[in-house]
Amino acid sequence: MSTIIESIKRLFAHETSSKEIAKERLKLVLIHDRSSISPEIIEQIKEEMIQVISKHLEIDRGGMDFSLEGEEDSIALMVSIPIKGMKRNKKKSRD
Amino acid sequence: MGKTIVITSGKGGVGKTTAVANIGSALASMDQKVVLVDADIGLRNLDVVLGLENRIVYDIVDVVEGRAKLRQALIKDKRFPNLCLLPAAQTRDKEAVSPEDMIRLCRDLREEFDFIIIDSPAGIERGFKNAVTPADLAIIVTTPEVSAVRDADRIVGLLEAMEKEESKLIVNRVRTKLVSRGDMLSVEDVLDILSIDLIGVIPEDEHIIISTNRGEPLINNNSAPAGRSFLDIARRILGEDVPINMYTEDENLFTRLKRLIGWR
Repeated sequence: MSTIIESIKRLFAHETSSKEIAKERLKLVLIHDRSSISPEIIEQIKEEMIQVISKHLEIDRGGMDFSLEGEEDSIALMVSIPIKGMKRNKKKSRD
Repeated sequence: MGKTIVITSGKGGVGKTTAVANIGSALASMDQKVVLVDADIGLRNLDVVLGLENRIVYDIVDVVEGRAKLRQALIKDKRFPNLCLLPAAQTRDKEAVSPEDMIRLCRDLREEFDFIIIDSPAGIERGFKNAVTPADLAIIVTTPEVSAVRDADRIVGLLEAMEKEESKLIVNRVRTKLVSRGDMLSVEDVLDILSIDLIGVIPEDEHIIISTNRGEPLINNNSAPAGRSFLDIARRILGEDVPINMYTEDENLFTRLKRLIGWR
């Protein structure tokens, strides 16, 4: 009985089943596990990208998001870097 | 010449030892000569699951280090005349045996037995390498849980790296009710993620706890869904084409009535 009530509740609430959540989490964690990219390398890529971008743009380091994501069999490096402002040319900003 | 099978998982507590005991006794009941090798040195348990703990004289380390002959260390199971156990050592660690020792040992066992089934320790260190190295077939046990599936995936990767060609999957402790209401990964979900061949599905079954308490294999009990599933796995190992069946407790009039009125 409780199973049916649960299912109906879920149907109305558009709630994702816990199994779907488990499957999504597993897929993501396996992308990390299967790619042999170590956290150190990710950190290094991150630092180097910050260096390059900081030459031209003022970025919000705290708001950065850096992650490996995947759909089916492909992996993508997803980077989100919030920009605070443009640096003026020829004039070094003292931030 | 016998076939060497390793039963492994990565994560502990998913049912490796239970699988070894039940698949082993199932094969023995089908007139195969079977030896079960406990490779979990330092944490042996296959002896207690089989109920043979009081009969150990020599163990695998005694054999490897030459203190005992293989024949002296093998324990015959009186319930299944075709079944033997080579116990692990309890007071040593995994370093006491090397993968080369295991290859040599299994080469000798192959002469006498149709199946050598190795119970692998949890983890991916020396004990795992010892257990996997001599195997022709690896059976990976997982449960439909995030942590167990993740570890199984790691094992699949390691087996590939070791160029072990044949690996199969057992999904253990499946709870049909939870799966049908979307609160447990289904066998299809697990296969979708791990993409290896399935050799069997075992439902969650309290008979397992009872049989382990008693130190008796489950396959003698015809009403136990897990026991029937293990028998099916043994038939598949022997090359029979047995469809995957999700056994449930046999329903009699009384249990059906209880279910109808919602009292369980």
